[in-house]
Amino acid sequence: MYRQSLFGRAVGGAIRAGMVAGALAAATLGAHAEGKTLRFAFQGTLNALDPYSLNETFTLGMLGNVYEGLTKRDKDLKIIPGLAESWETIDPLHWRFHLRKNVTFSNGDAFNADDVLFSAERVRADGSDLKTRIPADSEWKKVDDYTVDVTLKTPNPILFAEWDTWYIMDKEWAEKEGATKPVSAKDTNPGPAAYKANGTGPFTIESHEPGVKTVFKRRDGYWGEKLIDTNLDSVVFTPIASDSTRVAALLSGDVDLIEPVPVQDIDRVNKDPNTAALTGPELRAIFLNMNQIRDELPTSNVKGKNPFKDPNVRKAFYQAIDIEAIDKRVMRGLATPIPLLIAPQLYSAPDLKRWPYDPEAAKKLLTDAGYPDGFTVGMDCPNDRYVNDEQICQAVVSMLAKIGVKVNLNAQPKAKYFAKVLAPGGYDNDFSLLGWTPSSFDSWNVFVSLATCRDATGKGGPFNLGGYCNPKVDELAKQIVVETDVDKRNQMIHDAYKILLDDTSHIPLHQQSLAWGKRKNLDIVQRSDDQVLFYWAKLN
Amino acid sequence: MLAFAIRRLIQAVGVMLVVALISFLLFRFVGDPVNQLVGVDTTPEQRAQLRQDLGLNDPVYAQFGRFVGKAARFDFGISYQIKQPVADLIASRLPATLELSLVSAVFALLVGLPMGVYTGLYPQTLLSRLFLALSLTGISLPTFLIGILLIFIFSVNLGWLPSFGRGEVVTIGGFWTTGLLTRSGLSSLILPAITLGLFQMTLIMRLVRGEMLEVLRTDYIKFARARGLSSRAINFGHALKNTLVPVITITGLQIGSIIAFSIITETVFQWPGMGLLFLQAVQNVDIPIMAAYLLLIAFLFTIINFIVDLLYVAVDPRIRIGGAGA
Repeated sequence: MYRQSLFGRAVGGAIRAGMVAGALAAATLGAHAEGKTLRFAFQGTLNALDPYSLNETFTLGMLGNVYEGLTKRDKDLKIIPGLAESWETIDPLHWRFHLRKNVTFSNGDAFNADDVLFSAERVRADGSDLKTRIPADSEWKKVDDYTVDVTLKTPNPILFAEWDTWYIMDKEWAEKEGATKPVSAKDTNPGPAAYKANGTGPFTIESHEPGVKTVFKRRDGYWGEKLIDTNLDSVVFTPIASDSTRVAALLSGDVDLIEPVPVQDIDRVNKDPNTAALTGPELRAIFLNMNQIRDELPTSNVKGKNPFKDPNVRKAFYQAIDIEAIDKRVMRGLATPIPLLIAPQLYSAPDLKRWPYDPEAAKKLLTDAGYPDGFTVGMDCPNDRYVNDEQICQAVVSMLAKIGVKVNLNAQPKAKYFAKVLAPGGYDNDFSLLGWTPSSFDSWNVFVSLATCRDATGKGGPFNLGGYCNPKVDELAKQIVVETDVDKRNQMIHDAYKILLDDTSHIPLHQQSLAWGKRKNLDIVQRSDDQVLFYWAKLN
Repeated sequence: MLAFAIRRLIQAVGVMLVVALISFLLFRFVGDPVNQLVGVDTTPEQRAQLRQDLGLNDPVYAQFGRFVGKAARFDFGISYQIKQPVADLIASRLPATLELSLVSAVFALLVGLPMGVYTGLYPQTLLSRLFLALSLTGISLPTFLIGILLIFIFSVNLGWLPSFGRGEVVTIGGFWTTGLLTRSGLSSLILPAITLGLFQMTLIMRLVRGEMLEVLRTDYIKFARARGLSSRAINFGHALKNTLVPVITITGLQIGSIIAFSIITETVFQWPGMGLLFLQAVQNVDIPIMAAYLLLIAFLFTIINFIVDLLYVAVDPRIRIGGAGA
């Protein structure tokens, strides 16, 4: 395929067009037998293939082409039956799952209840990074080969919200290969699951060289042919870390799909007649933390007290930030302001709106709080984690300067940034930027991760960098996790968000956009959870 | 001679130990590896446990001792991120880097040498001035900029050469991968090799030019002319031959730098060599890979220096006498 594309480029655009036409004609003749190959480049690497080693979107998304969970999510992220055909609650503590029949793993083994029980054990085993996928104290019982009962200790309305990425592994295969334990960083002798895969999904992994190249192949005998829509025969994935090289690879036709396109290159990709940028909302919320747990801010010139303990100061910061300007200039339109710590696609309420941008009001709030001349504070910011993260922080610094607050920015690579601001670094931040996607797509995750009280070691909300604490929110979070009545639950979620908004617990900024770049002849579904799913990709 | 070799060998081991120690001290400042290892839902307790299990809470000297003890047995541990033995990973990436380095060294020699000779012989011609101006750009432009420039000209605009990667590779003997035997492999090699070799090419060209200008003024060249030898015999038989001694030394020493500094070229071209592996490791705080790579580079440098030292002794008896006297 490489030789052909080289040839195509050598002879020029006119002939290339002819070749595309020829390929089109060939496409009408057969199904996926004629061998369309998608070449895909991502900024990061695909490392270990063990589906329980790393709880991270890109890895799980790539493995989602090979493995499947009991549930799946459709193009709009709605939960649909996967390897479980249907399920029912016998009572709030007892669930029954009916498994799909006639499903095989790519090595030919049949899928049955034993595989589910095995996977439920393995995902909770030592070394798994996906332990939270199922409650640790739940009991799993095989009723027959295609029925599994789950007994819980406490009711759980979102039990299977994350099961689309809890991939079911083949018990027989894992035992034969010696892969019954999850591959973990501390293993001195990693198992074969680190570089081999055997799932029930539509693709298999033919070869895997981490950081170099991974080749996916379409398999025969996939049970869900009617759920997918692809003419691909194989996919070649290459990581390309350098932004300009990745864009150049797309423009020159060496790859068909890249992610991400840097925002400043989107115009260029759109101007080229053969390429286009595919943008859409991402579920990640970007926000600012203000440290309210410290008695004094080490980076501030205010001594003996912590200005962020005063909600008026927090609100003053909030209202001093012109988020529209940030999204228009820094993000070049590829971001949407958000009022809550969650993307509006996952939760929104008409009465929960952003505080308006109002530097006058902000200045007044600050004066009333006793800081007519502002104060100094240090800000921590990553510079390689979120889209234009450092530039956002710089914009915030200059906007706060207008109400007299002098911010000293400390932007550093994510490895250093997270080591400083998270629990191992003692939450060493006074004012910082963070992004969050609730892995269950449910608000409860937002509250317990970002907004419930924590102590200095991270007991409580582990990513509550500012240490915001309101017992009412903690109480609501406790109820939300067990409430099975949807309306009552939604009301509690609403109440909790209202408290966060009124307290100005954080400063929500925006949700960033996904930006993929593709050749024009590629059709692919861009799901807002940022998974790249080859089974909805078509090369014309 | 043997005593000299043994003495140098002991020094080499010392150098490597120092490099390993310095790199270990530096690792404390690159960030937290655990955060790169787990997803967001992992609790602080689990993270702390992982730190403990990885031995990251041990004092630096304990970590260092453990590393040196294992490294002496060629066990460099398991990559945090990739979860494969580091020795295997480096071995699988080594051919790509060595191939790229050697091709760019050859390119630098084959182009730099004739250009140097030409500019030495005819310092005043227009072409010589052009070469010199070009060499100035080669020396002053940073590597990544040259790489990106070449990609945009030859891949994006002209569409002649691939923009990244190594193309199709062939495996020889079960462990060595080469791109020299396929068309896509060869065409993928051109741009990175030029990018990586441009600096060395400029260096060689300027060196040869300087030496040529020097040698052409010497008496034996004048005598050769007086004897009526052809200018071809004088320029290449006598002058060039005498300029080559420093050129060979420099080229030999530069091979180490080419391998070590291929990091940037490999990143720009997504060339799957050791440099790229190292850079990915730095971003993710993958300490086992960083430690092994730095040690390997130190090893390469000491080996090359060691060989150069031995060659000096073989070529120049004065060093041998001086060494014995000391």
